[in-house]
Amino acid sequence: MDPQAAKLIGAGIAMCGMIGAGIGVGNIFGQFLAGALRNPSAAGSQIGNLFVGAALAEALGILAFVMGILIWIS
Amino acid sequence: MADPLYQFQVKPLPGLDFGEVTLPVVGTVHLAFTNSHLAMTLGFLMVVAFLHLVTSNAKVVPGRTQAVGETLFGMIDGLTESIIGHDGKKYFPFVFTVFTFILAMNLLGMFLSFTATSQLAVTATFGLITFGLVVIVGLVKNGANFLKLFWPTGAPLVMRPVVGLIEFFSFLLRPLTLTLRLFGNMMGGHIALKVFAGFVATAVVGAAGWFGILIFPLALGMTIGLTALEFLVAFLQAFVFAVLTCIYLNDVVNLGDGH
Repeated sequence: MDPQAAKLIGAGIAMCGMIGAGIGVGNIFGQFLAGALRNPSAAGSQIGNLFVGAALAEALGILAFVMGILIWIS
Repeated sequence: MADPLYQFQVKPLPGLDFGEVTLPVVGTVHLAFTNSHLAMTLGFLMVVAFLHLVTSNAKVVPGRTQAVGETLFGMIDGLTESIIGHDGKKYFPFVFTVFTFILAMNLLGMFLSFTATSQLAVTATFGLITFGLVVIVGLVKNGANFLKLFWPTGAPLVMRPVVGLIEFFSFLLRPLTLTLRLFGNMMGGHIALKVFAGFVATAVVGAAGWFGILIFPLALGMTIGLTALEFLVAFLQAFVFAVLTCIYLNDVVNLGDGH
């Protein structure tokens, strides 16, 4: 295979890591909404935890994204 | 289509390129005032000007501008107080500085053609400063007890070395994840913005033929939506950086109680 083509395919495959981040972030926000609708009075105090959880889950996807970009431009 | 990575190039500003300079300790360096410097300086000036504006005419009953400043101040104050606890006041200046500076650079990136926080060197500096502060505070406050951070007393005795090793490596990975989260979010968002803006340009100049009539409204709507999202991300990433700084500081400040 042409090395250039292999590199680009590899960069695309590396982006698959973002799938997990998408599932994780969607799960966090979905669960938060479900919990917030059950007990709306406690929801406001948990916004900080919500965004930290989302950021931690997203960071793993970002690692895959950075890896893909590195493969693409190197 | 234009290269979406073009925006991340660090270039010397015209007339401010001083060329190769030999310094006593560092050696030969290329000295120049770049667009990255300019974005960071503007971010710094923006923070100073904003805080000066909101506190210059301080009253007991805050006016409009003062209320904005107090909200920002109170948010980070509440954050350090609720996460670190009683000792949080001591670490508030650092967290507030990092938060406002990152926020200013992120927001400036939405208006200028260059985002300082989309440079790995800038975010790595922030990550390493935070990590260094956590290690120094931990060592000064706890001495050798600092190593208790990697000795989980909640786990069964046989498991402790293994869990401790994992804890140790996750501790070492903290600056890396702090760095890459901010860098990846800002770079990814701006690449996506420029790619969709590139679709608009392709459709408008007619490179896509009559198909452009279909592409143009979709891509333009997407660009507008992504711009709104990027403003949210710019604030959120600065906030998340501040929250994680507080959490990491809390680990070493309140070591031993509540673990």
